[in-house]
Amino acid sequence: MENRPLEYDYTVAKWFMLATVVLGIVGMLVGVILAWQMAFPGVNLMAGEGLAEYTNFSRLRPLHTDSVIFGFTLSGIWATWYYVGQRVLKVSMAESKFLMFLAKLHFAIYMVVVVAVVGSLLLGISTGKEYADFEWPIDIAVVVVWVIWGMSIFGLIGIRREKSLYISIWYYIATFLGIAMLYLFNNMEIPTYFASGGIGNWYHSVSMYSGTNDALVQWWYGHNAVAFGFTVPIVAMIYYFLPKESGQAVYSYKLSLLAFWGLMFVYLWAGGHHLIYSTVPDWMQTMGSVFSVVLILPSWGSAINMLLTMKGEWQQVAASPLIKFMILASTFYMFSTLEGPIQAIKSVNALAHFTDWIVGHVHDGVLGWVAFMIMAALFHMAPRVFKREIYSKSLMNTQFWIQTLGVVLYFTSMWIAGITQGMMWRAHDEFGNLAYSFIDTVAVLHPYFTIRAVGGTLYLVGMFLFAYNMYKTMTSSRRVEESELQNASPMGA
Amino acid sequence: MFHWLEKHPFFFAVAVFLTIAFAGLIEILPNFAQASQPVVGTKPYSTLELAGRHIYIKNNCMGCHSQLVRPFKSETDRYGHYSLSGEYAYDRPFLWGSKRTGPDLMRVGNYRTTDWHENHMKDPAAVVPGSIMPAYRWMFKNAADIDTAYAEQITVNKVFKTPYNTEIPMADGTKATVALAATLDEAKTAALEEAKVIAADMKDQDVKDAVAAGQIPEIVAVIAYLNCLK
Repeated sequence: MENRPLEYDYTVAKWFMLATVVLGIVGMLVGVILAWQMAFPGVNLMAGEGLAEYTNFSRLRPLHTDSVIFGFTLSGIWATWYYVGQRVLKVSMAESKFLMFLAKLHFAIYMVVVVAVVGSLLLGISTGKEYADFEWPIDIAVVVVWVIWGMSIFGLIGIRREKSLYISIWYYIATFLGIAMLYLFNNMEIPTYFASGGIGNWYHSVSMYSGTNDALVQWWYGHNAVAFGFTVPIVAMIYYFLPKESGQAVYSYKLSLLAFWGLMFVYLWAGGHHLIYSTVPDWMQTMGSVFSVVLILPSWGSAINMLLTMKGEWQQVAASPLIKFMILASTFYMFSTLEGPIQAIKSVNALAHFTDWIVGHVHDGVLGWVAFMIMAALFHMAPRVFKREIYSKSLMNTQFWIQTLGVVLYFTSMWIAGITQGMMWRAHDEFGNLAYSFIDTVAVLHPYFTIRAVGGTLYLVGMFLFAYNMYKTMTSSRRVEESELQNASPMGA
Repeated sequence: MFHWLEKHPFFFAVAVFLTIAFAGLIEILPNFAQASQPVVGTKPYSTLELAGRHIYIKNNCMGCHSQLVRPFKSETDRYGHYSLSGEYAYDRPFLWGSKRTGPDLMRVGNYRTTDWHENHMKDPAAVVPGSIMPAYRWMFKNAADIDTAYAEQITVNKVFKTPYNTEIPMADGTKATVALAATLDEAKTAALEEAKVIAADMKDQDVKDAVAAGQIPEIVAVIAYLNCLK
């Protein structure tokens, strides 16, 4: 391609970048509040008795999970899609007025959904299913957003110049299809207002599935919302940004094929590991357990492919904080995808289920892998979309170490808390009676809850550094020429 | 084949979809008819209990409390008989939870009373020293939404044939019937009668006064729900 480079249009990518930063801070701030509430319950009353209903742990918890999953992460996915999509398909958004309109509509409706979600969760309007809390009017809006994104993906693919789809595109397509299927089936619900002929709240609905079936569908969804929200699209990012930033070719095409199709086939089976020793049939629990262990192969396939991409270029890890973020992300990916299968082994699950060890696992995955990769992607994109160098390299390094320390404090304290509590729940004394009352097993966790809250706070501090660095990059950093934007991103001191 | 797929986005998308949909077909569908059969003694919820269940969901109680007793001695010692699939036949949604920051509540109706819940919801740490559960004092003031609970009863009865007004076999050989009111007013009257029984065991004068005046505070409904968890 020696002809004049395309002028890519990053308008919508910029909007989603902004949303990523803002919703990331919101989601993590709420998370930090929750962490302090668990260590010091008085924090539940931080805004006084009158507002306790809206500041207490139980109302804020879904706000934390949903704003990190559907706010921060989804915005990050879409910010990168509206950047990567154009570049690997060799087509500019500016070439199609229709696609440009769709992309803007995508952002606009998404923002409406965000506001509706925050409001309804604070008011306690919820279907009661984790990560599927939204009532039917919001579900419909979500489906609209998703369909628009699908049209955007396939529209851009339809007018592409590069005929062969790059690996990242495979993963974006899979994200779109996977979430579409899961979300639709798990949110099948009947609005009671219409079914009863106009009685009660208009927004209330009742699940199409009951009891054990509902649990099965929910965790088939819940686990795979993780798969197709926290894994698949993040892998899409690393396959694009790591080779681009480092100037290295992806280590192995065959390994990427194996990892992709392996992940697609295996991931959906593993949902059953959330239901071990529950009332779903034993064979499903065993399938969930076995496939979780098999899942190590495709997960590590991608992670190793990324690490080997750096072969012979490891000095870049020391030299560039951006590479550091991505290498740590893929290391945490390996770590988290080993930890998960261990927890899915039946005898381990008997101990770990319902404890903080699971919470720790989620957070080493999301803070260490997902958030690090999204922030690295945004750092790489910033000089290219704003035509300015990254404001401060030293600030990036500071952020990196503060947040790494934060994650380490988080998961180590949650490991200890989870295993301690699990062991205490099952302990019997010499006469065969339970050795501890439930509250004993809560009181013992106080120091670990405190350490976790400190870890989370450190991570949040890092988020503020990130936001500041991005803001300065947007507004007052040195302007750069196209020639400086080949591989390693330009950074100020 | 893979090279070909990478140049044909439509077929690529179809291939991906089939690959990911496969597991759901094999793992989820076969169980559907079987798991939804109730066990003997499982009753649908009354209007007041269902309103209480909505408040339980509204305040995300399942964020910290499970409703799933696993088949281990340590759990059956602590919480009672392990859970059976059919016990959840009328639970829409299921409320198993995924985290036990507090204890399991599957059978809390067997070992806690109205009086205990009243004190505990007002000030958890006063009842259980060291508790990190927040207080839920607004439940003593907000009114329960009986209308929506009744709307849900009609819906599940109509759409899923949930057996209201039907004799249900109980474990002791007797039969029980859960009534579905014919009109909203009847449903409200029935719920208020149930609420009076609970308010009689409570101390809070404001709650007693409200129930006497024909209102149902959230706390009464949520206690009705917790008491029926057995």
